Amino acid sequence: MKASMVENAAGRSVPLEVNGREQLPFAGVGQLPPSGRHVSAPIRSRDAYPNDGNKVVHDGLRAALERAGLRDGMTLSTHHHLRNGDFVANMVLEAAASLGVKDLMWFPSASFPCHEPMIQHMESGVLHHIEGSMNGPLGDYASRGKMRGLGVLRSHGGRWQAIQDGEVHVDIAVIAAPAADAFGNANGARGPSACGSLGFALADSMWADHVIVVTDNLEPFPCVPWQIQGNHVDQVVVVERIGDPSKIVSGTTQITRSPDRLLIAEYTARFIQDAGIMREGFSFQAGAGGIALAFVASLKEMMKDAGVKARFVRGGSTRYLVELLENGLTDFILDGQTFDLDGVRSIHENPRHVATSPFTSYNDHGKGNFASLVDAVVLGATEVDVHFNANVVTHSDGRLLHGIGGWQNCLYSGCTILAVPSFRDRIPVIVDSVTTLVGPSELIDVVVTERGIAVNPRRKDLVDALSRNKSKLPLRTLDEIRRDVERLCGGKPALPKLGDRPIAVVKWVDGSLLDTVWQVL
Amino acid sequence: MTAKEKMTVGEAGRRENVRSDLWVRVALHDSGGVELQVRSRVEPYYGDAIRAQLRSMCEALGIENARVEVEDQGALPFTIAARLECAVRRAGMRDEIALPEPLDHAPPATPRERLRRSRLYLPGNDPKFMINALLHGADGIILDLEDSVAAQEKDAARLLVRNALRSVDFGDAERMVRINPGKVGLEDLDAIVPQAPNLILIPKCETVEQVEKVDEHVRALQKDANQEHPIWLMPILETALGVERALSIASASPRVAALTIGLEDYTADLGVERTTEGRESLHARMRLVNAAKAAGVQAIDSVYSDVGDPEGLRRSTLEAKALGFEGKGCIHPRQIDVIHAAFAPSDTEVAKARRIVAAFEAATAQGLGVVSLGTKMIDPPVVKRAQHTVDLAVLLGLLAPDWRERDTN
Repeated sequence: MKASMVENAAGRSVPLEVNGREQLPFAGVGQLPPSGRHVSAPIRSRDAYPNDGNKVVHDGLRAALERAGLRDGMTLSTHHHLRNGDFVANMVLEAAASLGVKDLMWFPSASFPCHEPMIQHMESGVLHHIEGSMNGPLGDYASRGKMRGLGVLRSHGGRWQAIQDGEVHVDIAVIAAPAADAFGNANGARGPSACGSLGFALADSMWADHVIVVTDNLEPFPCVPWQIQGNHVDQVVVVERIGDPSKIVSGTTQITRSPDRLLIAEYTARFIQDAGIMREGFSFQAGAGGIALAFVASLKEMMKDAGVKARFVRGGSTRYLVELLENGLTDFILDGQTFDLDGVRSIHENPRHVATSPFTSYNDHGKGNFASLVDAVVLGATEVDVHFNANVVTHSDGRLLHGIGGWQNCLYSGCTILAVPSFRDRIPVIVDSVTTLVGPSELIDVVVTERGIAVNPRRKDLVDALSRNKSKLPLRTLDEIRRDVERLCGGKPALPKLGDRPIAVVKWVDGSLLDTVWQVL
Repeated sequence: MTAKEKMTVGEAGRRENVRSDLWVRVALHDSGGVELQVRSRVEPYYGDAIRAQLRSMCEALGIENARVEVEDQGALPFTIAARLECAVRRAGMRDEIALPEPLDHAPPATPRERLRRSRLYLPGNDPKFMINALLHGADGIILDLEDSVAAQEKDAARLLVRNALRSVDFGDAERMVRINPGKVGLEDLDAIVPQAPNLILIPKCETVEQVEKVDEHVRALQKDANQEHPIWLMPILETALGVERALSIASASPRVAALTIGLEDYTADLGVERTTEGRESLHARMRLVNAAKAAGVQAIDSVYSDVGDPEGLRRSTLEAKALGFEGKGCIHPRQIDVIHAAFAPSDTEVAKARRIVAAFEAATAQGLGVVSLGTKMIDPPVVKRAQHTVDLAVLLGLLAPDWRERDTN
């Protein structure tokens, strides 16, 4: 691809055009106020749907796609609430392949290693390219420059924004539903493939031209709660299995035993206490990574000791958040996705455990979102540079590794904390400059490592709060930590060997281009 | 290579996926130069650095012709050096050594009497636990060459521990090594003493001669190395006989700074179960404390082996403190804070101690021979114990050094 490139406000070189669409370069946080109106879905008539509400088709997914008008060059979307246990995305592309269509764009809310068969579909020409997170085998494939189009990496909120603003037009959305009725109402709380929330599929259900619900658990009408409303749904397909339950959620989430990671988690919890964030009615978000879980466990003890209760916590929910809810240490869990069986049980049974969507939580082009209401968020990163910029999508060697998920959207919380080891084996995490920029420094407040805690100089208020509360936490600069790491690892790491060909772009939450991911040589 | 050419081979390290370690195979040849084959998880970042290190080490070890194969899981340079040297020695070249880069600051010498509340055991052949050991705040770190190392890996662990003492920053922790018993232990000393450890633990100690042998060997090695840095000894009593001879062992050398006890071996020697309440070892522990105090050295308790039971550890530490022990062993960093908290004087103890010390100082200033607090007379040993509590509180940051000026009473 001969893309003409431009330098954006973060000093990163980005293409002016991606997959035939013109792009805006990143102009700085909050520098691109949008204008115009949302796109709209086509108008349909009740007359075109059965009066008894029964949209179940009996000739399978392939015929359903055919009826939906699938043809060359269309965009097909699926969603990642079944995580690495998802069968549906592969079924959809297999059916498409058997129909002989070409050059499709797959638009998943995230991909997992189970989606490796997509490589075959790209090789055979069924798929043109993927816009969505690419990790594992798909990340490797794209990083070697084998995909025809450019990958587009968006946050969960950015994906909603791209659909509502009309940047991505979804022709056919296929929604995997652990529980559904014949009208198309669906949720993720019940059934053999129960996964929790279906929020990632909500935008697609509202704006796609055609919506197909695929379920292995058809309930009599009404299926409540109807997180996906049947009024948006064209067809319902019943299959034997939509996923492998053992890979959808883990039975029990295990906390890390690594002493270094436990130390990082403990520092993080103490930071939240010492900075005065942990007070009656506060809120926080933490994911399901090893450090985040251990952080929740540590913070729970501190909340108990201090007699402090949170108003709400945000998931990815796990047994650790559920324990907070059930022990009266939080009033609500606002849950974006559900990682273990305790989470699934709780969201099913407990009215205070509420499913959210990228609209409520993360959308940047809306009238506010929940992410910025959260007092503190604890996130990971693959790299953090000495200026507080962070990377979460590539390895230091330049290979695509992770999607962005809600990570970028969460940076808007009251206090954004990256809890990371300063190096992994002999791979520095605190570096001179991030390989790929995913989080701009002005939104990253604190970096907690096992070798000390760095507070962004922009957040003098946090440093003042720590000293007011006589915190004994080891405060250091990122540059000091970087020097420690380089001394340990035996010098600076070599820079990645990258080609001059872009293979993907990283979007900022407002749809502008923040950085480019380059081919790895 | 012709069939006639003789070739000797040595392997070291671990081939399975063990974080921060590597596997090395060295085949020494008569010709052909040094040929490297490196597979590393960190190839993009440090592949060139690894090859450069291997080449310069081969030169230092006097190897001109060899094939060196490496499978690396992100080992740091001190580990790479130890494994390569071990493989070379196993291939039959025993004379040369090749040390890694030393730390840029010499680790501090430690005084004979210092805080030894917690000492964290690290298996001597496991580099991944060494790298971040300084972060957990233990008073001492024990690099163990004895029970945690398999018999066939003693040579490998010795080189790894030697390199760790030289190149790994252990912060303010006292750097301790538990050597093996007998002759192997003396060979351990040959490798490690030049790297200036602060303290040597002598396991299964039951005679004065054992301490004397270590003492003499350390002295000779320090003389050779022109080293003045004190190296303290901590004999571990692990048998009934050792416990009976506690006083003579504690007095065997001026290097002995502390006595400790190994309860697993001791209870085995008695032929009894080791219980949580520890009644079976009460006599031995009390005897050890008494002998240690009589000889003027510290008494240090055994480890508490259930990592998942912090409450049990807290109770066990409080009991140890009550018996006169000044420290306890740790097998996981999570145990350190619990131990420190248990050894710290409580707020009530500190408050009482400072009232006594203040009363004593006031009485002395007025030239009074008798100290009294309220209606109570205070005996000299009570003052001494209070002074000790106040000193400890200041050392632990529980009491400001200028508490007298701040005292409004």
